[in-house]
Amino acid sequence: MKTCESTLFEKSRPGRRGTMPPETDCPKVQPEELLPAAMLRQAPPTLPELSELDVLRHFTRLSQLNFSVDTHFYPLGSCTMKYNPRVNEKAATLPGFSAIHPLQPESTAQGALALMHSLQDCLAEITGMEAITLQPSAGAHGEITALFMISRYFQDKGEKRTRVLVPDSSHGTNPASAALAGFEVVTIPSNAQGGVDLEALRAHLDSSVACLMLTNPSTLGLFETGIEEIASLVHEAGGLLYYDGANMNALMGLVRPGDMGFDLVHLNLHKTFSTPHGGGGPGAGPVGARGELVHYLPGPRVVRDGEIFRTEAPRKSIGRVRTFWGNFLVAVRAYAYIRTHGSQGLREVSQAAVLAANYMRVRLQGHFDLPYQGTCMHEFVLSARNLKAARGVRATDVAKRLLDFGFHAPTIYFPLIVEEALMIEPTETESLETMDAFIEAMRTLAEEDPQTLHDAPQTRPVGRLDETQAARKPVLAWPE
Amino acid sequence: MSYLPHTQADREHMLEVVGVPSVEDLFASIPPTLRLGRDLCLPEALTEHDLLEHLGQMASRNQEATRSSFLGAGAYRHFVPTLVETVTSRSEFLTAYTPYQAEASQGTLQAIFEFQTMICRLTGMDVANASVYDGGTAVTDAVLMALAQTRRSKVLVSRGVHPHTREILSTYLAAGGGVVEEIPLHEGRTEVPQVGADVAAVVVQVPNFLGQVEDGPALCQAARQAGALAVVAVNDPVSLAVLEAPGAYGADLVCGEAQPVGLPLSFGGPYVGFLAARKDLLRRMPGRLVGLTADGQGRRGFCLTLQAREQHIRREKASSNICSNQGLCALAVTVHLALLGPEGLRRCALGSMSSAAFARERLARVPGFSLAFSGAGFHEFVLRCPAPPEQLLEGLAERGILGGYALGRDYPELADGLLVCCTELTRRQDVEGLALELEALVQAPVEVTR
Repeated sequence: MKTCESTLFEKSRPGRRGTMPPETDCPKVQPEELLPAAMLRQAPPTLPELSELDVLRHFTRLSQLNFSVDTHFYPLGSCTMKYNPRVNEKAATLPGFSAIHPLQPESTAQGALALMHSLQDCLAEITGMEAITLQPSAGAHGEITALFMISRYFQDKGEKRTRVLVPDSSHGTNPASAALAGFEVVTIPSNAQGGVDLEALRAHLDSSVACLMLTNPSTLGLFETGIEEIASLVHEAGGLLYYDGANMNALMGLVRPGDMGFDLVHLNLHKTFSTPHGGGGPGAGPVGARGELVHYLPGPRVVRDGEIFRTEAPRKSIGRVRTFWGNFLVAVRAYAYIRTHGSQGLREVSQAAVLAANYMRVRLQGHFDLPYQGTCMHEFVLSARNLKAARGVRATDVAKRLLDFGFHAPTIYFPLIVEEALMIEPTETESLETMDAFIEAMRTLAEEDPQTLHDAPQTRPVGRLDETQAARKPVLAWPE
Repeated sequence: MSYLPHTQADREHMLEVVGVPSVEDLFASIPPTLRLGRDLCLPEALTEHDLLEHLGQMASRNQEATRSSFLGAGAYRHFVPTLVETVTSRSEFLTAYTPYQAEASQGTLQAIFEFQTMICRLTGMDVANASVYDGGTAVTDAVLMALAQTRRSKVLVSRGVHPHTREILSTYLAAGGGVVEEIPLHEGRTEVPQVGADVAAVVVQVPNFLGQVEDGPALCQAARQAGALAVVAVNDPVSLAVLEAPGAYGADLVCGEAQPVGLPLSFGGPYVGFLAARKDLLRRMPGRLVGLTADGQGRRGFCLTLQAREQHIRREKASSNICSNQGLCALAVTVHLALLGPEGLRRCALGSMSSAAFARERLARVPGFSLAFSGAGFHEFVLRCPAPPEQLLEGLAERGILGGYALGRDYPELADGLLVCCTELTRRQDVEGLALELEALVQAPVEVTR
C-alpha cells in the first residue's frame, strides 16, 4: 500500500538510539533487587528505536500533512478558530509557570495562584457571574460539572427534578452531558426563526425540569431574542438556566450571560480566549455560577485573604472534577489574552467577529441557500440542499473541494436542524482579502461540474478515506 | 493591543456590503435592557512588552521545582528532551483543529495512531483511545465503562489510588451512577478484597499513591473471578519499563496519567490521561479513536473512527460526553517515547529507582525519621517524621527545597507521613541536602515566617 509517511514502528531499527536521559550518581540498583518477582516486566515494551534526526524528520513531515490556523483559513462554525497569539505561548513557557509543582506549598506558588485568581475575576466580570472554577478541562467537562452542581443543588433543596431541556439546535455535548449526569433529556424544537419555540418550552416546563441548556447566540448564529421571556419561564417553573459559552465570541463586553438571566455558564478558553486547539486539545472549560449555586462549585478554588492567595473548597462543593487545579498553562494563555485586550479590546473583538460574519453571509447568500435569514452574530449557517437537489452535490462535497482551494472546510452537518448544513465562522482575525478569497472559492465550486466535487480533494496527501472499512475492521494500533 | 486586521476602509466596505451604517446596528436584535452599556471592569490593556514584564513578575513569585524537589504524588519531574517542545510548538500541530477533515489532518491523525500504539505496547492492552483530560478522569472513564459493561452498581476502589482520582470518581458517581466502596490498605498495600456479585470493577493503582508496588496479579484475579473488571491505574508510565504490563497480569482496563513522559509539571495541567482496554470493550470506550484505512486509490491513511459512539452523532445516547482529546499533550508523549525508545525508558526507570533507594536508606538514618513501610517501591516512599510534615515542608521551602507531600490531609492515619519522590534527575548531593536540612529542622524548632 502506498503511504505518505511510514509509521515510527516501520522506521524503527533494533539498537538505534535517540536521546538518553541523564544518569543519577546514586548507587545503581536492579529491579530484581527491589520488586516482587511476579511484578517484574518480562519483556520490555516494544517502543520504536530511532535516532534524534529520525524522530525530528518524522514529526516535521507529519506536521506538513496538516492544515492549521497558521497556514490556512478555518471558517469552522462554533469552533472560533482565531489567531493564537504567540506571546501567550511565550508566557506559558516561562519556567516560573511551567516548572512548578501543583502540590508545592501555596506560599511558594503565590504568583500562579494570583494569576488564577485574577483570571477567575476577569471571567466572572465578562460573564456576569459571581464565581468561577478553572478546573474543567474542556467545554463538555464544564457542562458535566455544572450539571453535577445542578443535581446536588436540587437534592439539597429536596426537589426531585429529573429532566434537562435542550433545543434541537444544541451541541451534541449538551444532551450527552445531561444523560451522563443522570438526567432525562427532552429536546425542544426550534421555531421558524431558529429560536426556542416558546409554546413547546411552556408545554415541557414543570416541576420535574432541572434546567434548560442554551447557547446564545444559537448554533444558527442568531441571538435568542426571546431570552428574557425564556429566563422568566424557566425560573418561574423553579428551573435553572445554563449557558453553553461556545459562542461567547459574539458578545464580549456587549451582553453578559448573567444579565440575560443565566445561572450557570461555561466558557471555552480555546475558542473565545484564543488558546490553541492543538489538534483536539488541551482546552479549558471554566464554569461560572451565581447565587446559591456558587457554593456548589468544584473545589478547590483560589481565594484571596488580604495579600495572600490560597485555595479552598466551596461550602457545599460537589468535589473535584479533575486532578490538581485544571489546565493551568491554558489559563495563563487566556489571562495573557484578556490582559492584552482590556475591556475595549474585547468588545472590539466581538464587534469585528460579528461584522466579518455578516459580510460573508451577505456575499454568499445569493449563491447558497440561507435557511435562516437576517442579521447574524459571529457565524451563520448555509445549506447545500439546493445543490444536492439540483446536481447531487452535498455539504461534504463542498467541504472536500474547499480543501483543494486551500481552505479548511466549514463545520458540516451541524446544527442538525439544517439539512446539508455548512456552518461558517470567520472570526475577527481574518483579513478582508482572506474572506474574499474564500467567498470566491465557494462561488466557483458552486458552479463546478459535480464530478469534480465528488472526486475532491485531489491536492491532499490522501483522497477521501474509506471510513466504513475503518469502522468495520478497526485497526487502532500498529501490529507488533 | 489587538490582533484585528481590518482597516477603517475595510470596516466601511464591510458595513456597506452588509447595508448597515454602523457595527452597533448588527446588534439590534439584542433587547436594549440586556445590553451592558458600560465598560467591563477589567484591568487595563497591556502592550506585549508590558504584558511580558507583568507575567514575568508573577512567574518570579513561584518557586520552581528543580533538583531540590522531592514532590511527586501524581505529578513527576523527569527529563524531557529539547525535541519535544520543538515538535509541539510547530504551528501545524499547535494551531490545528480536531482532525474531523481527515485529508487535511493526516499529521495529527497519524501521531494519535502512534500514541495509541505506544500506550497499547506499554500497558499490554489491545486498544487505546486518543487520550482524555487527565489521569484522574481516565480512571473515572474506565469505571463508567465497567458499570455499563457489567450492568452492576458497585465499585471497589483501593485506598492506594490517588486521593484526587478517588474524589473525582465520587463526584461523577454521586449523580446516581453507582456506589464506591473503599478497599483498605495493609502495610501500605491493598488487601485482596472479597468481591461480591454486585461489583462492576476493582480499581487499584500501581505503584500506589504511597509508592508501594501492589500485588497486581492477585488483585486482578480477585476481580475477574467475581465477574468484575480489573482496572489498573498507572500514574507514572516510566514505571512500566520495569513493572509488568498490567495486560499481562489480567487487567481489563488500564488507565492513568502520561504527564511524566514528556510534559513539564505546569502546576498540574494541561496533562494527558490515557485509557486502554481489552478488544471486547472497544465499543464502550469514550473519546476519540483513530483507525487505519485507505483512500479510493489504495493509499494508506488515518481517520477518526467508530464515531457512532460519540456525542456529535448519538447525543444523549453517546458512550460519553467527551468532545476532545489532549492532542498536543499526547503528541508530546509520543515524541518523548520515540526519542527514549525501550532503552531510554528503562534507563529513566532504573535511575529513578536507584535515587529513590538511596534516598530511602539515607533519610531513614536521619535521627527521628523512619520508613513507614517495608514493602517494595518504585520511586516514592513514605517517611515518618518526628515533627508535623506540613511544618517541615514550610521550613524546607524557605531553604529552597520542596521536600515532598504531607499525607495527613488525605491519610489521617499517616499524619506524620511525608511522601518523598526521586527520579533520574535526583543526585546524591540533593538527597544529602534534604537529609541535613531535615536534621537541622527537627533539632531547632521550626519557625514559620512565610
